[in-house]
Amino acid sequence: MQTLNPSKLLAVFTLSTGLLLSTQAAQAANYQIDSQGMHAAVQFKIKHLGYSWLNGRFDNFKGNFEYDANKPNASSVEVEIDTTSLNSNHAERDKHLRSADFLNASKYPKAKFVSTSISESGDGIAVKGKLTLNGVTKPLTIEAEKIGEGKDPWGGYRAGFTGTTSFKLADYGITYDLGPASTEVFMTLDIEGVRQ
Amino acid sequence: MQWRNHSNSYGIISIGLHWLLAIALLAMFFVGTWMVDLSYYSEWYHRAPELHKAAGVVILLLMVVRLIWRWSNPRPAPLGKVKWQNRSAELLHQLFYLLVILIAVSGYLISTAEGKGIDVFGLFTLPALNWQFELQADRAGIVHKYLAWAFMLLVGLHLGAALKHHFINRDNTLKRMLKPLKGDIHADS
Repeated sequence: MQTLNPSKLLAVFTLSTGLLLSTQAAQAANYQIDSQGMHAAVQFKIKHLGYSWLNGRFDNFKGNFEYDANKPNASSVEVEIDTTSLNSNHAERDKHLRSADFLNASKYPKAKFVSTSISESGDGIAVKGKLTLNGVTKPLTIEAEKIGEGKDPWGGYRAGFTGTTSFKLADYGITYDLGPASTEVFMTLDIEGVRQ
Repeated sequence: MQWRNHSNSYGIISIGLHWLLAIALLAMFFVGTWMVDLSYYSEWYHRAPELHKAAGVVILLLMVVRLIWRWSNPRPAPLGKVKWQNRSAELLHQLFYLLVILIAVSGYLISTAEGKGIDVFGLFTLPALNWQFELQADRAGIVHKYLAWAFMLLVGLHLGAALKHHFINRDNTLKRMLKPLKGDIHADS
């Protein structure tokens, strides 16, 4: 029987540590939001005069997230939205919403949300981060919940979430007067990520 | 009644179309620039654009009628004596026609950018094309606006030239656009 000499011991130790680290790295997987297959949506709604909801969405966006079910608090997410892709199913309104009265989309064609901290509790997932819109960056919290994760039928692995948030338009320098009932916009984000 | 044009006099139809379109197009310019800045709670916020769009369709139709009438009638000879001025006047008229059509078409492309037609005074709906291009409403909007301003520049030139003919050259250029000239009627050519 061979005795274990110190240099071999060190090698074994290094190898096992390395394996352990790489296993952990694989667990905190990186997911790319499926905006190609479009299993995702960025939608907004705002009250019209206080009588009904006006719904719209952003057709183009992309992003990714890090997620590990065992360590949800180590997650992160980043979404970039093409503000010129606003669509509320009405040509003149969309033109107006893209104009300098609202999103100023020709000057600020991108809106961005980048998470700063994520904490999961029994109630759901609180995604704190920074939203940049109309050239203004402000902290914002998205209340999210996991819908599910698992293998897809095409050899990939997916995880999906839904989240909602709201903010005052004026906080992002959008001050066009839509009336007292229409100062706050509500957003819903549905994202499905494909593990990379 | 002198309906048709003659070799040196405009007929009632040409004169009528000229002034009808002149008033309508000026009104469209002022309504257009005014309505885009209306507040959300203005009673005209929806009404003005609806009228502007419907009127635009009617103007485009009138413009087509006017062009057909122009091509099917004799063209009264210019009264100016300076060749380059006559040629400029002719070019200006053609630019007018081109601009009016392009302004109408660009306006149509704004409203129909998402596939919905334009309601024309509840009489009929002008349908959208079944193709759209990216940021169609925004891009057509920019074209619509600048062409409208270019049109107004031409209006200034046209008006200045008409007044020059009337007060400086003291010819019938302006008068013959107010009513058909008498005692001057040649056979239709």
